[in-house]
Amino acid sequence: MSKSSLKQTLKDLETKKISIRELNQDYLKRIKEKDNLNVFIHFSEENVLKQIDNLEKDNSAKKLKGIPIAIKDLFCTKSMPTTAASKILENFNPTYESFVTQKLLDEGSIFVGKTNLDEFAMGSATNTSFFGNTINPLSKENKPLAPGGSSGGSAAAVAADLCLGATGTDTGGSIRQPASFCGVVGIKPTYGLCSRWGIAAFASSLDQAGIFSHNVEDASILLQSIAGFDQRDSTSAKVDIPNYFENLDDDLNGKTVGIPKEYSIDGTPMEISQIWEDAIKVLEKKGVKIKNISLPHTKYALPTYYIIAPAEASSNLARYDGVKYGFRSDEINSLDEMYENTRAQGFGKEVKRRILIGTYVLSAGYYDAYYLKAQKVRKLIADDFNKAFKECDFIVTPTAPSAAFPLNEKQNDPIKMYLNDVFTVPASLAGLPGISIPFGKDKNNLPLGIQILGKHFDEQQVFNTAISLERSYE
Amino acid sequence: MKIDKNTINKIARLSRIKLDDKESDDYINDLNSILDWVEQLNEVNTENVEPLSNISSSILPKREDVSKDTNSSEEILENAPDKLEGFFAVPKVVE
Repeated sequence: MSKSSLKQTLKDLETKKISIRELNQDYLKRIKEKDNLNVFIHFSEENVLKQIDNLEKDNSAKKLKGIPIAIKDLFCTKSMPTTAASKILENFNPTYESFVTQKLLDEGSIFVGKTNLDEFAMGSATNTSFFGNTINPLSKENKPLAPGGSSGGSAAAVAADLCLGATGTDTGGSIRQPASFCGVVGIKPTYGLCSRWGIAAFASSLDQAGIFSHNVEDASILLQSIAGFDQRDSTSAKVDIPNYFENLDDDLNGKTVGIPKEYSIDGTPMEISQIWEDAIKVLEKKGVKIKNISLPHTKYALPTYYIIAPAEASSNLARYDGVKYGFRSDEINSLDEMYENTRAQGFGKEVKRRILIGTYVLSAGYYDAYYLKAQKVRKLIADDFNKAFKECDFIVTPTAPSAAFPLNEKQNDPIKMYLNDVFTVPASLAGLPGISIPFGKDKNNLPLGIQILGKHFDEQQVFNTAISLERSYE
Repeated sequence: MKIDKNTINKIARLSRIKLDDKESDDYINDLNSILDWVEQLNEVNTENVEPLSNISSSILPKREDVSKDTNSSEEILENAPDKLEGFFAVPKVVE
């Protein structure tokens, strides 16, 4: 099955080769056929048909008019419930639209549904969702694979061709890792490029919205649509958003790529080291200078992240108390009992684990030893990148330490699960833009991803390198 | 062992999450192994290093302080598990 690209579809719609209705009916049909993958938490055919009706009456020109997009169920949407894949938000209907989804609606896109994720985006396999696992569309019969996570539903939606693009969020790798596992493109832009307004908060100093797509061109079109300043997010950046797509340039002659030696870690499968080498060779052929760089604090990124992210989560998730929205326990003899039972029954195991650890590292007597210490190491990690980027234009690494693993593997050992993020977390801590593109396969014919990191707000260079590698790989 | 039964009960109380005995035992194990693992940060010399809390910029932008009435209280209350005469309702606090 050859998947049509967003770019080509926009052309086909413009030349009336296909109508908005025909296009979306094609996607609706596939969504219903692929129901077994459990990609969507919320899907309503009626809702999609209503959106088509409204667009057919709308004569104005819109950039993404009629384009089917899947939305990670962490973005608040007025037209569909929002759950964050948690029981505690099971019946929540937002009264407002997130910044990112509003931008997509303004451009005329059609929301096909809300995609599954790890509960509150905490996980790397989309297996902590209250609504069950999502299955990686690349799985063979009877051997279900994880789609990665936390944005596993969105990555799977693109991989199974249930939409032409999807939104995701990335806190420590939640866009790039599932993109790698599902063989699609996933970009996490610079922290602050897209407003976090209306995204259920996990770790606010790290959370960032981004895009999944079939290819780099499509990602460049969609990212431009969701980026921009918003005064309702105090960390939203006031920067000009270039036309990434128009500016795409695969000529990398004279550029310098940084290859961090600390990303060669023991136990990385041969095939992953191999695609990394292949990517470097391709770049060399294109006239890119290879620079070996050092990011000395890389090994401390994961422990730093697993202090900072749970600390922020424990604070952010305090709002789920059974008072204003969502689930409330029936066992409520007193106010305190209501809080404690609601949160005990409403949150899943991993979310509770992170709230507990976050509460501990912020509690009196431990704040300096854990939280403050982690923030200082975070500074050193960010400084490593600042120094490295004085010597190179972009950095290339593998995206994840493995291809998609079987569903439910690694579930019992939290630290083993956390190691999935080893290549993605450092850039998250430094707030840098990163993309994962499919680049090669392992021995089981599963896709492997290459990650390209850029300087703050240099998404253009990230896209340029990505398209150059993509064109040489196809 | 950093986390014992008393500590886990204290954190659970601070977090307003009720844990049964089996759960507390599981979390004692999990949290201890995670804390042992993050201990490696002590190898890093962070003397005179400023903590990094906000990656975007040190200056937060200001805006005009204007009120906006979206008049959505009814809509917001639609999501409440329990409500009473235009307010969120909770179990009785004062006898």
